[in-house]
Amino acid sequence: MTLIFKRSGASLITIFIISLIIFIGVELLPGDVAETVLGQGATPETVEQFRKALKLDLPPHIRYFTWLNDFVHGEFGNSLANGRPVSELIGWRFGNTLFLALSTALVAIPLAIILGMLAAFYRNTFFDKLISTTTLSFISFPEFFIAYILISLLSVKFNIFPSLAITQPNMGLGSKIYSIILPSLTLTCVVTAHMMRQTRAAIINVLASAYIEMAEIKGIRRARIIMLHAFPNSLSPVINVVAVNLAYLIVGVVIVEVVFVYPGLGQLLVDSVAKRDLPVVQASGLVFSIVYISLNLFADILAMISNPKLRQSHI
Amino acid sequence: MFKLLRQSPLSARIGMGIVIVNALVAVFAPLIAPYGETSVVGDVWESFSTQFYLGTDHLGRDLFTRMVYGGRNTIVLAFITTAISFLLGSFLGFISAVKKGWTDQLLSRAVDIIMAFPTLIFALMILSVLGSSIPTLIFTIAILDSTRVYRLSRAVAMDIEVMEFVEAARLRGEGLWWLIRHEILPNALPPLIAEFGLRFCFVFLFIASLSFLGLGLQPPLADWGGMVRENSGAITFGIFIPLIPAGAIAVLTVGVNMIVDWFLHLSSGLHE
Amino acid sequence: MNNLLEIKNLYIEAHYDEKWQPIVHNISLDLKRGEVLGLIGESGAGKSTIGLAAMGYARQGCRLASGSINLDGKQLFGASKQDLRRIRGSKISYVAQSAAASFNPAHRVIKQYAEAPVHHGVMSQNEAEKEAVEIYRRLFLPDPEKIGFRYPHELSGGQLQRAMVAMAMSCHPDIIVFDEPTTALDVTTQIEVLAAVKEITEKMNKAALYITHDLAVVAQVAHRIMVLRNGRLVEVNETRELIKNPKEKYTRELLNVRSLREDKTIMDKMDVILEIKDVAATYTGYVNVLEDIDLTVRKGRTVALVGESGSGKSTLAKVITGLLPAVKGSIRFLGKELSPQLKDRQKQDLRKMQMIYQMPDTALNPKQTVRKVIGRPLEFYFGIRGQKAEDRIRELLVDIELDPDHYIGRLTTELSGGEKQRICIARALAAEPELIICDEVTSALDQLVAEGILDLLQELQNKTNMSYLFITHDLATVKAIADNIVIMLQGKIVEQGEKKDILAPPHHEYTDKLLASVPEMDPDWLDNLLEKRASIFI
Repeated sequence: MTLIFKRSGASLITIFIISLIIFIGVELLPGDVAETVLGQGATPETVEQFRKALKLDLPPHIRYFTWLNDFVHGEFGNSLANGRPVSELIGWRFGNTLFLALSTALVAIPLAIILGMLAAFYRNTFFDKLISTTTLSFISFPEFFIAYILISLLSVKFNIFPSLAITQPNMGLGSKIYSIILPSLTLTCVVTAHMMRQTRAAIINVLASAYIEMAEIKGIRRARIIMLHAFPNSLSPVINVVAVNLAYLIVGVVIVEVVFVYPGLGQLLVDSVAKRDLPVVQASGLVFSIVYISLNLFADILAMISNPKLRQSHI
Repeated sequence: MFKLLRQSPLSARIGMGIVIVNALVAVFAPLIAPYGETSVVGDVWESFSTQFYLGTDHLGRDLFTRMVYGGRNTIVLAFITTAISFLLGSFLGFISAVKKGWTDQLLSRAVDIIMAFPTLIFALMILSVLGSSIPTLIFTIAILDSTRVYRLSRAVAMDIEVMEFVEAARLRGEGLWWLIRHEILPNALPPLIAEFGLRFCFVFLFIASLSFLGLGLQPPLADWGGMVRENSGAITFGIFIPLIPAGAIAVLTVGVNMIVDWFLHLSSGLHE
Repeated sequence: MNNLLEIKNLYIEAHYDEKWQPIVHNISLDLKRGEVLGLIGESGAGKSTIGLAAMGYARQGCRLASGSINLDGKQLFGASKQDLRRIRGSKISYVAQSAAASFNPAHRVIKQYAEAPVHHGVMSQNEAEKEAVEIYRRLFLPDPEKIGFRYPHELSGGQLQRAMVAMAMSCHPDIIVFDEPTTALDVTTQIEVLAAVKEITEKMNKAALYITHDLAVVAQVAHRIMVLRNGRLVEVNETRELIKNPKEKYTRELLNVRSLREDKTIMDKMDVILEIKDVAATYTGYVNVLEDIDLTVRKGRTVALVGESGSGKSTLAKVITGLLPAVKGSIRFLGKELSPQLKDRQKQDLRKMQMIYQMPDTALNPKQTVRKVIGRPLEFYFGIRGQKAEDRIRELLVDIELDPDHYIGRLTTELSGGEKQRICIARALAAEPELIICDEVTSALDQLVAEGILDLLQELQNKTNMSYLFITHDLATVKAIADNIVIMLQGKIVEQGEKKDILAPPHHEYTDKLLASVPEMDPDWLDNLLEKRASIFI
């Protein structure tokens, strides 16, 4: 129990430090923020006005805490590109990204684990070699390559799925799913490939343990060995694998959103980076980071709970 | 050495072939490309011909030339970045493992924090602030990637460090440099070499992705990721041009991965 | 059919260097009901492999090539997987060397006990658990009612080993294969497990194959002993007969391993080279792992530092060398006060104190040649390089009885365990030290090889008059080479003095226990010891 608290505490501190870094990062801009954004031709008055609007005239530490405070209250400032409140921009997009990511994860994680298990049990057979080669290819391909292949095949040539994932907030669940099938499929390929390879390795590792051999020597049936001996000890390492690979999901989401022009947070981040729309960049970056860290924390805690060596019998 | 090569499986040989071809293209680019890197020589999106082997791109430039130069730019950039990231990460990782104590704590905490960021997001944020010049790209990606190298080299070095021959050297009074150079490094090479290959793939894909998002190498420099982006419009017309640079990226990465896989298989098999 | 187990002309092969090669050659043995057959040999003799073959099992990378394995009328060689599964655990069971690795960390101990009998349909879960408690009691496990309900990581090494012995009994098998069950345990814990084994084999009349490398141990429990070497039979005979009249030279060598060596003439008090006063040390800062340590080593003498696991002897070595700074007390070496921290010490002081380690495999850098390993201290301490270094390295190789031409350019990974340990000795010698700390230097070696190392060390001491601080848990070695003995228990020195004083009574209580726990070659030794113990409790 104390371990869990320590781990959560560490995460909180990390989030704190990251927000600090994000903030400082902007401070480190060479030259003046205002001038850089407004360009060379700006008059001194406009620059001054701009700085006031962004509260750049206040000393840094006050700005940081105001910013942090605002953030916690959902107040992210206004976008430099169109003057709208950032929270408005982020809100529904975040929902979209979550939808895409979650639906991918729901498919990818079980698929990866099942394939990984099968490959581990039937290792070095044709089945295993086939899967290993396929996944090797997938982890080598950039997401946009897979995306464009899928588009070329399923969208342009055979016209089954749309190449642009356009979703409206008022769409039904069914049509929403239809529109995100291609992006989701792309993501699934990459994430599943990474996860499956590592799951396979983790399970092979467990299968090589001495207590598995001991169970065989006791004359236990193979199926029972797998379910009662291998499985409980694989939970922890497999959960670890899933956690580590969440990174690919989060990174891949950004690229996939751009290819399919999906109105999500990733697309927004990329656009604002191109436009140097700093408040949006800061806010979306922080949102992504918090989600990522929380997911890792959750996975770590799960892994800790499922680790048999930490159990106590209290006798 | 040659015995090894003769015994290599098909996949490793394919991988080696791919890497060699790409390396040659990168080195001899100006000699191979028929046109200038940025010269417009034809119509937009022309199809294959003897004049333009791969057709033209969205501005009418020879695609083959763009591919050749793009390969050179992307590969060289990725290689330099990987080399820097690798040197930085492994050096610091070894120092952490050998010195332990405060040095280790500080470095590891710092790495933990950097790694808590999703890499792409972090890179995007830094690039939005500092701009996408080549030194910035190299610097940013190298630092971000060195964290992975740090973790691995630290773990490898720690496994070696607990062996008694390192303690024997310490008791002799050997200094930090000797311990790293003569005791740890020779034993750490196999996993490190494999890791270099993997890191190259990752950096290469990463740079391509950044360019694809418009934040990597800036036009008019040729670069495979950027070329995918520039020509992406063609897909809707049924012209599959963006698949060519994207495919090239995929092929090189697969090639390197195959070699790394074979190398890992060898070094784990020969392990005591 | 009189024999419960009959193995005829068994060949077992292993897959390495791209092909199948035999590792067990033409082994035949038989075992009657209630009989215990000891399989003894050094590492690589094939004893474990044969033990597993008795249940038709071959490890990964091994296969049963040819021969007949007849278990109570049933032919196991070539039998179907189903048939093999049926007899495993139920008719013949196995006790592995490492209990900690053989128990599934996810399940309670008693559940793993009950797994085999319930699975084979021998009894119900409840019956199995009730019996488990009974057997735990008979095997002298503490708190037998509750101990089974713990998880494996909550039991100590000795307890877990006995729990594994109990688990092997759960289906009431006809034969139990004991594979080095006490090798990883302390000498005092070993007694408990041996008593448990005797209980099972004699009182419960089970047949057993007892596999070990320790002849004195197997003499306590086996009716007959089979000596193996490199997968081949050397000799087989009744226990008492084998010990009294060994027929083969190899058997004789194994038996002689424990004979006492001649006492060195006790000279007058020599100079003190190492003096440790009132030293204490800690890892965490809260609890001292060492306390009140007073120790003296004189020139040309061997001081044996004896203790079981957790006694603190290795920690003391770390404190002396400066890897773990002492929090109290002083260490004087050659008349000079040494700084507690390694990094504050002078190069010359470091040079004169050298260390040799337990595991030759990890004590040498696998990527270095013999030349570099021995040459570095020459270069580092004396600045000797080039041809002079080459000559000196050759001299040292001759000193350690290895042919210089053959060995000087070799990589250390190419050498055997004994050769590697000799190189470690040469590395220490190169520095021309006054004191060598030997940390369990023979514990990881086969007995005959270890003998050779001890002889070498003795010779070198006679030549150079170096002192040794010899750390070990093996009393037989101590009796052979020590001048002074220091006995440690839980971080404190329990007793110390000259060898003849320590080995003769009266003893400190722990010394008594320790000395009594070392198995003698007398087959009645264990019985006598247990009787003595029982009589104390009555």
